[in-house]
Amino acid sequence: MKPAPFEYVAPESEAEVLDLLGRHGDDVRLLAGGQSLVPMLNLRIVQPAVIIDLGRCASLAYLNDENGALVCGTMTRQITAERSPDVRQGCPLLAAALPYLGGKAHRNRGTVGGTLAHADRLAELPAVALALDAELIVRSEGAERTVAAVDFFLSDLTTSLEEGEMLHAIRFPKAGTTARSAFAEVGNRRHGFAVVGIAAALEVDSDGACAQARLAAMGVGATPVRLAAAEQILEQGSLSADAVCAAGDAAAQAVDPTDDIHASVAYRRRLTATLVQRTVHEAMDGTRRAAA
Amino acid sequence: MSGGTVEVRLTVNGADVVRRVEPRYLLVDFLRHELGLTGTHIGCEQGVCGACTVLLDGVTARSCLHFAVQVAGSEVTTIEGVTADGTLSPIQAAFHSNHALQCGYCTPGFVLTTVELLRENPTPDEAEIRQGLTNNICRCTGYVNIIKAVAEAASNMPGREG
Repeated sequence: MKPAPFEYVAPESEAEVLDLLGRHGDDVRLLAGGQSLVPMLNLRIVQPAVIIDLGRCASLAYLNDENGALVCGTMTRQITAERSPDVRQGCPLLAAALPYLGGKAHRNRGTVGGTLAHADRLAELPAVALALDAELIVRSEGAERTVAAVDFFLSDLTTSLEEGEMLHAIRFPKAGTTARSAFAEVGNRRHGFAVVGIAAALEVDSDGACAQARLAAMGVGATPVRLAAAEQILEQGSLSADAVCAAGDAAAQAVDPTDDIHASVAYRRRLTATLVQRTVHEAMDGTRRAAA
Repeated sequence: MSGGTVEVRLTVNGADVVRRVEPRYLLVDFLRHELGLTGTHIGCEQGVCGACTVLLDGVTARSCLHFAVQVAGSEVTTIEGVTADGTLSPIQAAFHSNHALQCGYCTPGFVLTTVELLRENPTPDEAEIRQGLTNNICRCTGYVNIIKAVAEAASNMPGREG
């Protein structure tokens, strides 16, 4: 038994959760799937006075099709989303990224909302949310607001959630027939944390030229970042090998990664270029490229 | 409620159990210390090594990453429960005959992970076996014999569990 003592509550409704959140101030943590929070509790990196377990709130686990968007309740298990035909069809980039989130045992229990609200800088779904311009639906007692992904992730493990607020659901825009997407990451182990990952969401016109590109990188900063310089090159239309190569190089120049024991700055830049190329090619031809 | 205990009811290997524990009591500690089911091993206590893997409502889960109170009402299967009579399951027998364990510390987690793997994919190829076991760490064997054992178990028990 490693965690410090805490008071545990497991309400069965979201209204009770929000009421408790409002009353307990900031010394409280919400427990979703626990696959990131419980290690931190075991290591006593966090020692909240109160833990509110969302696991009994059945109403928070859902996948709905609403006005061209796939709305994912915060407690939807990652494995449920990964295996959902609605996700695979409506939000293929999300479906492509989900298998990278951890081992099967973690994805069986981890939640879509949990990993987004935890906002680890090496988590995959924040990059996916950024690439898709997803919206995060945030609730507090008697109030709801919608936050664009670009405004939600502030730093490593830090979001724009305020005291008393919780992530209720995530609205992922559904992919139309002109959407092409891919996700790729490279890590030092197959299922360890990634070093760098790229989520790529493209829109093509009827000639197969690129009409819009949204690329998000993880592992090159405290939050996922959009790769505007690379997007602009791709949006000139051509997705020739030279154009994609130039986009990768532009992305590598634009990012500002740091050194750590896992990888050097140079390696992270190199991976950024490689993974931009790999995801754009995969998005366009639907086949996974061998590691460069 | 800090420092207090809560009542936790679980179904473990088919038997209903009830104990009073602190909310911070991890499922793995509940199994080992309260129930004496010491086949579930504690390795890293941060979800990485897989030694504490159990089946939670039928699917693999890290018992070090759940509080007992959090999973109250669930069904848990530990290594002691993979067969009803204590004999070796086909997976365990394949681990034995292929020398897929040395110290054995990781083995319960590997066996339960394999139960789920073969249920979802009864005929995995070697790459799928390696992928399926990638989140369980073995420090003795180098994995070669574990892969062989899982392949043999798959060929011995198409579509069956255990």
